[in-house]
Amino acid sequence: MLKISNLTKRYGSGDPVLKELNLTVEGDQLTSVIGSSGAGKSTLLRCINRLVEPTSGSIELNGTEFTALNRRELRVARRRIGMVFQSFNLIDRLTVMENVQVGRLGYISTWAALTRRYPREDIRHAYELMERVGIAHYANRRADELSGGERQRVGVVRALMQRPEILLADEPTASLDPKTSEQIMTLLRDLASELKLPVIINIHNVTEAKEFSDRIVGMRYGRIIFDGQPDKLTNAEMDEIYAGVPAMDRAEVGAVA
Amino acid sequence: MMNTQPLQQTLDHWSRFTLRQRLMRYGGLALTLLVVAWALSSIDVIWEWVWDAPAQMGDLFGRMMPPDPSNLPSILEAIWQTVNIATLATLFAVLVSLPVAYISAQNTTPNRVTLWIGRFILVSSRSVNTIIWALLFVAIFGPGIVAGIVAIMFRSIGFLGKLLGEAIEEIEQKPVEALEACGASRFKIVLYAIVPQVMPAFFAVSILRWDINLRESTVLGLVGAGGIGMILQGAIDTFNWPEVAMVLLTILALVVFGEVVSSYLRKKIL
Repeated sequence: MLKISNLTKRYGSGDPVLKELNLTVEGDQLTSVIGSSGAGKSTLLRCINRLVEPTSGSIELNGTEFTALNRRELRVARRRIGMVFQSFNLIDRLTVMENVQVGRLGYISTWAALTRRYPREDIRHAYELMERVGIAHYANRRADELSGGERQRVGVVRALMQRPEILLADEPTASLDPKTSEQIMTLLRDLASELKLPVIINIHNVTEAKEFSDRIVGMRYGRIIFDGQPDKLTNAEMDEIYAGVPAMDRAEVGAVA
Repeated sequence: MMNTQPLQQTLDHWSRFTLRQRLMRYGGLALTLLVVAWALSSIDVIWEWVWDAPAQMGDLFGRMMPPDPSNLPSILEAIWQTVNIATLATLFAVLVSLPVAYISAQNTTPNRVTLWIGRFILVSSRSVNTIIWALLFVAIFGPGIVAGIVAIMFRSIGFLGKLLGEAIEEIEQKPVEALEACGASRFKIVLYAIVPQVMPAFFAVSILRWDINLRESTVLGLVGAGGIGMILQGAIDTFNWPEVAMVLLTILALVVFGEVVSSYLRKKIL
């Protein structure tokens, strides 16, 4: 279970990007976070594994308080969180197998990493997962030879190699065409239930979000203003999530403060 | 109609520069000519020697012809020494420049102090010419090949470190972020996200520097730091012009050889 409480993130001395945000995600549900650009979706996701350092608040994953960890402890704890990125973030010049084994880098020795002698168990696991998502025949190909959809599958397998307790996906389909995008969403949904893995997805495509999610969280300027099942998301609420200009909202905050 | 008339009158004239800009430009040109004239007049040119040059050139060429291959074995031995100086120096310089590049790249250096140490190494290596490094190391190691190797190496560290450091600064940060999210250690991030991205630049820069070093090491002998330059210096000192011609031809062949090898390697590796 992931429990985020009173999470605030402020860059420099400006307005907070996240404002006292509370969110709990559990079970194997697929949660989609929607909201216009600048609503703080990406910051929220990156605060969970502290790629972005939260300003205040608490992030607890299955009993571990992430905000209290020092650098070394954080590195160990990050292995428990898988992450999938909008632009895949693969290493282009390495093979698919090497990219996938990056998910296990935290576990193996530096020498094993350098010489590419991966544990047999990891290789078996990698082939299993690659087979599952349909890229096993690419194991020896360089990552930059693959198409966008295939590259994102590599990204997903890399995250799953960590045997994560939760999967974070930051606009995983934003760089893909509609059909491929749908395939990746289907894959993420199926994997969530197969692996009993909670998944949080930042997404711009509301239609896709409604189709594939068990739960939708609507954000606007650092706050959650909608949280419920997809069919509860009405047009009126959609308008509220996506309407308005940032300046107005900021002015409101300024007036209160 | 009444309105367009004056508009058309103003619109049929266009010039790239205003009068003021034009005057500034002519002024700049005049100033440049003045500086050149002043520079020419302030150096002590003995014009007879300048006009004399074509005749002298012909004379020297005549004395060089035909090149004398009688000393060829020792010339070839010296050229082999030159190749070894360049190759060994490049190899050592590459090894030393790796950590220097790492600490002088903004995105990998551990802290500000190491960044400045790295930059200091780069600047001090680059601001001293190879010949001056050679003079220094001949004084330290005595004349010979060791001084040559170390001199070339010291000059190369700055070049390699600077270009590799820039390559590190230009890498895509996204794979680094992904590795951080996986909980990989700093060293493994270097190994998996930085090294593969810097690899092409690494080979390109190393090959280029080997090519440059090959040419630089031919003159090292002039200050006693080993290689073909020693024989060249000896031949010039004894007015043995046919042998000088032979040495120059060999150097030319060496440079062509270096060019061919490095372009072959570039094609093969990159």
